[in-house]
Amino acid sequence: MHWSRYRLRLCVCICLVISAPVSGSSGPKQLTSFSDAASFSLPVREQGGREYVDLMEILRRFGRTDTRSDHDRWRVTLNNLTVEFKNGKTRFKVGKSDADLSAPFYLENGMGYVTVDSLTTLLPLFLQTQVTLHQNSRRLFVGNPAVHFTAQTSGTALVLNFSSAVNPSISTEPGKLRMSFSREPLVAPGTERLSFDSKVIPSAVYSEENGTAAITVNGSAPLFARFSNDGRTINISPAPQGAAQAASTPTVNQGNAPAAPPQAPAPASSPIPFVPVFAVIDPAHGGDDQGEQLSPQLAEKDVTLAIATRIRQELQARGMTAVLLRSSDITLAADQRASAANRSQATVYIAVHAVSLGSGVRVYTSLLPASGDSRGPFLDWQTAQSGYRTFSQAAAESVAAEVSRRQMKSRTLVAPLQPLNNLEMASVAVELAPRSTIADLNSPNYQQTLAESVAAGLAAAHDRLRKP
Amino acid sequence: MIPRHLIFGTAAMLVIALAAGMYAWHLRRQIAHQQIQTDVSHPASPAPQGPMEQVTLWVAEDDPGTLRARAATIPMPSGRQERAEELMRALLNVYTQESSPHPIVPTAEVRTVFLVDPGLAVIDLNRAFAEGHRSGILVEELTIASMVQTITANIPGTTRVKFLIDGKSQPTLAGHADLSITYDVSAIQQLASVLQNTP
Repeated sequence: MHWSRYRLRLCVCICLVISAPVSGSSGPKQLTSFSDAASFSLPVREQGGREYVDLMEILRRFGRTDTRSDHDRWRVTLNNLTVEFKNGKTRFKVGKSDADLSAPFYLENGMGYVTVDSLTTLLPLFLQTQVTLHQNSRRLFVGNPAVHFTAQTSGTALVLNFSSAVNPSISTEPGKLRMSFSREPLVAPGTERLSFDSKVIPSAVYSEENGTAAITVNGSAPLFARFSNDGRTINISPAPQGAAQAASTPTVNQGNAPAAPPQAPAPASSPIPFVPVFAVIDPAHGGDDQGEQLSPQLAEKDVTLAIATRIRQELQARGMTAVLLRSSDITLAADQRASAANRSQATVYIAVHAVSLGSGVRVYTSLLPASGDSRGPFLDWQTAQSGYRTFSQAAAESVAAEVSRRQMKSRTLVAPLQPLNNLEMASVAVELAPRSTIADLNSPNYQQTLAESVAAGLAAAHDRLRKP
Repeated sequence: MIPRHLIFGTAAMLVIALAAGMYAWHLRRQIAHQQIQTDVSHPASPAPQGPMEQVTLWVAEDDPGTLRARAATIPMPSGRQERAEELMRALLNVYTQESSPHPIVPTAEVRTVFLVDPGLAVIDLNRAFAEGHRSGILVEELTIASMVQTITANIPGTTRVKFLIDGKSQPTLAGHADLSITYDVSAIQQLASVLQNTP
């Protein structure tokens, strides 16, 4: 299938618009669950005027779950506890005793559904931990994973400090900057409306809706958001004179990039153009996708995030803007990664992987497939990288040279690795293997050496990564 | 007093019902036994037939991450498709040995290889192959390159290769190597030439 460049970009925009409700507060009803192990969202369905969720879909996130269905009875086992439900009944059996749900259980196509508020009864039985539900916003907290924040003004800026790293979607409109937290278990401060002794930023409001928390900052001028302290701090300050008038376009994981870029004045209703960034860093895997289980305690997804964060810091220390495609443990499909990277219009894309096999660092560029050559103005999604291979090779060779300079083994190869083929920019993947033992992959020094190599390599090749 | 004929009639019906029940129980057990036998038996590949021939197998070596051409003598059938299947089985046989330079789970199997003109080879592998495969860019890429190279070295005219798992396309082999695409043989040949060099 051939696509024009225009259509390709249009498709990318459509994909992002489609994916926006995932991180926003609108769209179909959903329940979001937060725990130390994972955060996830599930669709909510209406039945008899009440909100129901698929119980199995929740329980399986917490361990190996078995279900058995027999006519109108449905049994589910997790953590050696078996609970039996009967279709249309509120009463259920836990071992030899009975208990009641707040509304009838129902069975459909072999799947068992319970009301959202019943989860506060059922989950503590299975998980032996405290479960809290914010019922109006359908936010479920399993254990105590809450992220707290404080807000205080500093000069004309508002400084938000979070108890752990956050990665909100940011949108703006005249006089407001809204941060939506769909994956973070953010909880309200003492009061939902915060007032500040500032004429520029007089107040901020915390709200929750449809599984998502949001902080809306009210300002008398267009506002910027800047991330620092590894995503634990967000500084909101007035945009420079001439900054774009606000409009609401969600920005995906902009990292330290401003939410409203300093551009020529634009009509209030026009979308904010993206800040051109130099590098998009993609920590591979995440969420349900663990990558390689490097050791019983160490998953590839965690190592890639740690290395990617270091690469971002090293690039920024060299004066280059860089953003992460994910800064928390979320699941992203390859096409989502490609769409977000293309939309950023970055100069270079770097995927970060880790592996137990071999030693040193391997740097990969794309291995294009057999079909889908671009013809004339048409560009195929599977071969979008074809026009950028020279730039990608320049990036790979420069990074590999820097790795070698730091006394680490390096090798450059092509690889059939998603989403390299779908990217409209210089694109490489780096794969870190241990120096001698698996524990090396989790060593700050070893990770830092790779991060410095990547940043130095990209800085050295800066002028060869795109057409002059 | 119950008439005697009624007592005999009822007793006869009870005996018939009991016998019928036992017979039904016996049939159910027989069917269940047959199903278990069907489930546990692996699809037996027919013993390769044909004259012994020397072929080239491209064998991956995890340490140091290279691809090497090895000569092997195996029985080769006359049909092109059967030959392709035997080549893949011979390659997997190398990988499933204990001393394999690129270990793959012993339950991994090639289900079939389709040769579709012009120049397309479709290699269908079983689920165990993908589920038991080690994860990593290089280790997965070595498997792909070794299979594509082995097919193209011995089945002239192959220009593209597609991989299926249990008859279906899937996104990746084990989280990295892309199985959604059709591989260009010339691109894999270039990769193989690089992979022949010890890093």
